[in-house]
Amino acid sequence: MGPRAAWRLESLGFTSVFIYKPGKLDWVSAGLPVEGTAARIPNLGTVARRDVVTCRLSDQISAVKARIAFDPTGPCPVVNDQRIVLGLVRSDVIKETGTNTAEEVMIAGPVTFRPNVALEEIDRYLTDHKTRHAVVTTPEGQLIGLASAEDVHRRHADLAVS
Amino acid sequence: MPTVIDRSRVREMLEGGAQLVEVLSRAEYDEEHLPGAISIPLRELDRTTTSQLDKTRPVISYCYDSQ
Repeated sequence: MGPRAAWRLESLGFTSVFIYKPGKLDWVSAGLPVEGTAARIPNLGTVARRDVVTCRLSDQISAVKARIAFDPTGPCPVVNDQRIVLGLVRSDVIKETGTNTAEEVMIAGPVTFRPNVALEEIDRYLTDHKTRHAVVTTPEGQLIGLASAEDVHRRHADLAVS
Repeated sequence: MPTVIDRSRVREMLEGGAQLVEVLSRAEYDEEHLPGAISIPLRELDRTTTSQLDKTRPVISYCYDSQ
């Protein structure tokens, strides 16, 4: 539909016409702002914490442990220079492991979610899979943040009440 | 010929003054649209509805996804 619209615009005399082919889905999946009635409904991106501690493949877990001290319950996403999520080090592994590198102890290719996922859907997933955190990324795999199951459930419950 | 662009280029072009046109239905636009986009459903694209656009500035059209 987008390409046909672009060609139609050219036929109407517009000389500088572009097609954003991936469209609205790509935009909202990246957690970018939108306008409209749905913009006021909280989703996973709203709940995700963006200030999460990350580490690199070669980081020693002892160093990660020191950085993550302010939030000892959270896992640590393993990212590259482009903040692409390569793995996830669970919080219990961070507590127990000292000299290993993140690469040695991470869960490779963790499940990730887009920020436009509805709270109801993610709440159900985290409950069904007994998962404590959701890793939120753009469609390209770039880290946006982490959402805890507690926060998701609380916001979902608030939403249901309102 | 219209040029296909990605998200980062859309953001750059919007900062430079490009115009965004969502060609989905009005209901879909009302529910959610990109900031600053105007709604002209594909079937309504004609000389009258596009008269609100500035022909001297780039126009970016989009729908829901690449399908």
